[in-house]
Amino acid sequence: MADIKTEQLTGKIKVPKINESAATEDRANRAREEQNVLLGFPPSKPDNWQEIALNKMGELLTKYKSLKLFLDVCVKCGACTDKCHYFLGTGDPNNMPVARQELMRKVYRKHFTTAGKLFPGLSRAEELTEDVMDEWWNYYHQCSQCRRCSVFCPFGIDTAEISMAAREIMNSVGMGQKYSNEVLGKVVTVGNNLGIEKPALQNSLEFLEDDVKEETGTDVKFPLDQKNAEVLLIAPSADFFSSPHIEGLIGYGKVFHEAGVSWTMSSYASEFANFGMFIGNYDLMKKVAIRIRDAAEELNVKRIVVGECGHAWRVAYSFWNTLIGPFDFLDPEHRSPAHICEFTLDLIQRDALKIDKSYNDDLVVTFHDSCNVARGSRMGNSPGGQFEIPRELIKSVCRNFVDMDEETIREVTYCCGAGGGLLTDELMDLRVKGAMPRAQALHEVMERNGVNTMAMICAICKAQFTKVLPEYGVDMSVVASVHQLVSNAIVLGGKKGV
Amino acid sequence: MKGLSTLSLVFIFLCYTSAAIFLAGFVRKVYEYAVTPSPLKIPTMPAPTTKGGVVLRMTGEVLFFTSLFKGNKWTWIGGYIFHIVFLLIVLRHLRYVLVPTPEVIYFIGPFGIHAGIILVVSAGYLFARRIFVDRTRYISSGADYFALILMALIAATGLAMQFLFMADVSAVKDFMVGLVTFSPVNIPDDHLFIVHLTLVMVLLVYLPFSKLMHAGGIFFSPTRVMVDDCNEKRHINPWDR
Repeated sequence: MADIKTEQLTGKIKVPKINESAATEDRANRAREEQNVLLGFPPSKPDNWQEIALNKMGELLTKYKSLKLFLDVCVKCGACTDKCHYFLGTGDPNNMPVARQELMRKVYRKHFTTAGKLFPGLSRAEELTEDVMDEWWNYYHQCSQCRRCSVFCPFGIDTAEISMAAREIMNSVGMGQKYSNEVLGKVVTVGNNLGIEKPALQNSLEFLEDDVKEETGTDVKFPLDQKNAEVLLIAPSADFFSSPHIEGLIGYGKVFHEAGVSWTMSSYASEFANFGMFIGNYDLMKKVAIRIRDAAEELNVKRIVVGECGHAWRVAYSFWNTLIGPFDFLDPEHRSPAHICEFTLDLIQRDALKIDKSYNDDLVVTFHDSCNVARGSRMGNSPGGQFEIPRELIKSVCRNFVDMDEETIREVTYCCGAGGGLLTDELMDLRVKGAMPRAQALHEVMERNGVNTMAMICAICKAQFTKVLPEYGVDMSVVASVHQLVSNAIVLGGKKGV
Repeated sequence: MKGLSTLSLVFIFLCYTSAAIFLAGFVRKVYEYAVTPSPLKIPTMPAPTTKGGVVLRMTGEVLFFTSLFKGNKWTWIGGYIFHIVFLLIVLRHLRYVLVPTPEVIYFIGPFGIHAGIILVVSAGYLFARRIFVDRTRYISSGADYFALILMALIAATGLAMQFLFMADVSAVKDFMVGLVTFSPVNIPDDHLFIVHLTLVMVLLVYLPFSKLMHAGGIFFSPTRVMVDDCNEKRHINPWDR
């Protein structure tokens, strides 16, 4: 890692000059044959791969309006060209959203449009050759599907839709990505991305109970598979082991404990993340999601609350109702799924929890809007609740809060640099460079306002920043879960709850 | 059809053919956009929570290019002016086909003339931007330059008829009215007009098969036209009921 060249932190995000092929060495690893087969994909590239891939592309063009329209209407105005964190970090022109789309668009023109068939030269139409497929592999695994480009596009073209389709096409010819397919294999067989079996999960939750007891003197429970609990909590599995994720999980537990709301987690659906979205596979996304519905029915809960995870909240908020709804077996009095931030803030606003902000007085906090929460979901009742509710929650447990530069937060927030299935070691160079815009914005408030904590509500963001910020000379201890701050400030035994 | 010159017959045929290709091509594309399903809710958030809100969002996009404004002010100013003057010019040209011509079209007339000049200038600006900014130079292809050159040439030939080699406006109008009323008359003996008309026909035929389809496509973009009511109303995927 020492040889990754990071930009000097100045607090300013500079648009680089084009540097051709700057990121061609950043290549995701290919999945092993058995990992592809487990998910129903061919083990490896068959001889007639081109025909299969084009058929798949034709099929997707009739199934997804987004893909069809987005491949047609781009006018190449260039508004997106300086918006992708991977372009800003690498300068590789294929990381400009329009150029990334163009890799598929040139094949679309060649095979699916009249103009491309008649005048291939005028409109850059190309066969789907080995070389083109190689470019796809490279650059469709350098898109974190954060949707930032789509905010600025006059037609709302969302490169995420195109990279999802590209990965679906590549999977259809046995070109799976190792990280995503490995994770999906674990979740469909064991129930979570990390492949933690029930006994291990049980153990770690018991350890957690002991830890919290030791630290606070209070019996905060972390229940697993408790039938008839009121709430089923679905957390990203990183919350069970990684830091600062687990501090967030402790926070959820304290909130339920203090509110007096019975809750449970599920060993069958012990994963909130849904990598089916990353690889653009509708059926797998549904297969992963339906475990959660099944668990909720099996455990006979009244409502579903979900933990801090960005893309999973997009899947839950925007897609669950279509994929695994309707949720008419749950209590209609409550929104399901509800985000843990909505749940906790509501309790605090109803004065059901006792909070002592002074426990966070040593912190000056800023908030990193996670891309999928910001541009793929909502919280609360009005648009933009996904920005306001986490901030309100932080401010209700901390006295010192500062926002980063407005060009880098809320709907125009930058991705952490590892979303969309890119949180894997072989892409470390890309991940470090892709984190540059956020690192610059963070640096500015650290210098100016003395910020020492960046809170967030996404498991991938947390894992990414703890790893890459040190490359910029920023200590990993700045990275915090939002519910870690809640956990710090909550006074146990202070209130009767709801 | 009696008394029509060979040249007129050829051009009358071409006019009807290009208009037919334009209409059929445009309608076919719009039909494809309309019927291709959207399996999932994918509005770019934060998004409106009601249909009325979506109408407002789209009004902003279509009338003011709000997203482009957020994206790049320099492109916005050039692109916005280009589109506004193009609209004025199209409206001005209605006087050649509408009998009687509504007052409001005559009112637009003089603006239409200035618009022609501005169209050429703004097309030049957009062309220069493509060449001089390294990122747009990288992404621009022949088709992108072609569209700008075509529009500039149409405007330039139109302006030339107005200022350099005065066209016989009443002969032009007779010809155009003849076309739209399906009782064609001879094409005016004016080379500039014939070039102008030919370029317009090229534009018509080219449009449905090119990026210029953004004109129709924008109204179907799922990230812009979808309502954020994911919880309140179950969105059904037509291919996974």
